[in-house]
Amino acid sequence: MKQSITLNKITQLMGFGFLKPITALFTGKPQKEDVVNFLKKIVVPILSILLFLGVWQGGSTALFNKEANYKIEKALADQGQAAADEMRACIASGEISCQPNTLPSPSQVWASFKTLLEDHKIISADKLAFKEKTAAMNEKRIAAGKEPITYTGRPSFVDQIFTSLKTVFAGFLLALLIAVPIGVVIGLSTTLRSSFNWLIQIFKPVSPVVWLLLVFMIVKTLTKDSNSDSAFIISFISVGLCSMWATLVNTAMGVSSVDKDYINVAKVLKLGPMQKVFKVILPSSLPLIFTGLRITLSVAWMVLIAIELLAQSPGLGSFVWEEFQNGAIDSNSKIIVAMFVIGIIGFLLDRIMLTIQNMVSFNKNEGV
Amino acid sequence: MAYLELKNVCKTYEDASGGTEVLSNINLTIEEGEFVAIVGFTGSGKTTLVNLINGLIKPTSGEVLFKGVPVTDTSHERGVIFQNYSLLPWLTVGQNVYMAVKEAFPKESKEKLQAIVKDYVAMVSLSPAINKKPKELSGGMRQRVAVARALAMNPEMIIMDEPLGALDALTRGNLQDEILNIWSKDKRTALLITNDVDEGIYMADRIIPLKPGPNATLGPEFKINIERPRDKTSLNDNETYKKNRNAIIEYLMDIGDQRKSVSNETYELLEISPKSFVA
Repeated sequence: MKQSITLNKITQLMGFGFLKPITALFTGKPQKEDVVNFLKKIVVPILSILLFLGVWQGGSTALFNKEANYKIEKALADQGQAAADEMRACIASGEISCQPNTLPSPSQVWASFKTLLEDHKIISADKLAFKEKTAAMNEKRIAAGKEPITYTGRPSFVDQIFTSLKTVFAGFLLALLIAVPIGVVIGLSTTLRSSFNWLIQIFKPVSPVVWLLLVFMIVKTLTKDSNSDSAFIISFISVGLCSMWATLVNTAMGVSSVDKDYINVAKVLKLGPMQKVFKVILPSSLPLIFTGLRITLSVAWMVLIAIELLAQSPGLGSFVWEEFQNGAIDSNSKIIVAMFVIGIIGFLLDRIMLTIQNMVSFNKNEGV
Repeated sequence: MAYLELKNVCKTYEDASGGTEVLSNINLTIEEGEFVAIVGFTGSGKTTLVNLINGLIKPTSGEVLFKGVPVTDTSHERGVIFQNYSLLPWLTVGQNVYMAVKEAFPKESKEKLQAIVKDYVAMVSLSPAINKKPKELSGGMRQRVAVARALAMNPEMIIMDEPLGALDALTRGNLQDEILNIWSKDKRTALLITNDVDEGIYMADRIIPLKPGPNATLGPEFKINIERPRDKTSLNDNETYKKNRNAIIEYLMDIGDQRKSVSNETYELLEISPKSFVA
């Protein structure tokens, strides 16, 4: 019984409350309520997923037929009946060269997903082989003071995911390091708050693309002398600058709106200014700061794709763009795979932040 | 020389329309070792008075003297128990008290401070809850933590702003006795702000009613000459108690009546009758 309580607590804390009916059903005796809950919270969502897949399948079939008919009619108009019949036969046979290019069906997307994983295995093996092959030579090169040879082959889809995650975390850390201290400082002083408010209000709604261009202007000049790859630097700085505003505003608000009772306690205990900030003001604004950080992380993940796409920096964004430009038969389904992966990772990142947020937050009325 | 003295203290809260004078011409003297209660209606400016005395706010005019020196800031010599317990919810009971003790005795070693915390938490009988967060405690327990926090700083004077207002009658009685115990043990000076006349009579040497604000001012004082320790059950038959209680309540009722706003305006009501929906 105790185990199930802690299990519930963990799932609740992580915001996975929807798992509760399952745990209720499999720990201890299932009640009638549990069964109803199970139906409501597990079976109905599964049905909704099936419905979604059905609509998708139907939609993609309709689009496929429309595109196929158009192709056949075009062949008929341009080259006559024989060409049209040939085209119809070609499409029906599943020949790759004449397939209509449109929204892929769920099964095509699933197949592409498996292809991408296979692809990853091949590239990983290739990388490993390359590493073994060059190990001896690299040692010599390092000993001679030369740069080691690195693998320059194409990155796999999984590699792209990790590159994107690396960029988003670098951007998130940058946002955290800029926004939290500045937020605390302007939250503490009304003068600073009113003097910097215009800046925040003007820059907050600026589009990620413009931030990217601004960062590009600056970083391009700064990295003129070095020949290192500046795409990563540009993209993570842009991500940080785009996403930091939520944290900045929330921190400033949290710090400036600390409960008057806590401030009175600090005064009566005669805490010094630093003590007051670190022992009373910061802990009491932590919940709001983390709310801001959670928004920041989700914004960072959202703008990252657009920024990678434009900055030519490797990652999921450039993967999507390259596939779109590529125009191969399975490119469209690979883009949809990337879409789901982006969505699921965004969801997981949000859950992680929510868990941390729930751990640090307290009810305002708890001490009163 | 009086221990705490308020001389013609006025406090005005400024606002757009010029401001309201909450307290006007407050004169109060408290001697060392005395237990004084100030009784008043809610909204009569009691909390403002407390904040003036403990130094959280400054008077608009007049002087607050503590041991002959004007009060300009808060001080560890005056411990405050707030109306809403004001515990820091992210700290445990022990940490809440420790924070106060550390500020009051900055030179003591950590072990010594921990020992003080333990003593005071034990004094309000919360030792089993020392590692709990305020949210895990009941209202009465939280208030006891607030009491322990204020007393652990070993203040010379205890200022209590309706400390027991939000508690049920039973907890209230227990805490009253606990506070009296602590007060009598080393004869500190105590100022209790309350809206409960019985509580005032049970605990204090003197009761001073506060006429309701705006322009609140202190009324005539009532001396309570009842032997200590006082006993709640026998108090009900005590003649002095009855006399004092009636006098104070009568006085408060009178000023309450005066405060009632009298409206001379008459409102004309329209002649209306229910509409018939039957066509």
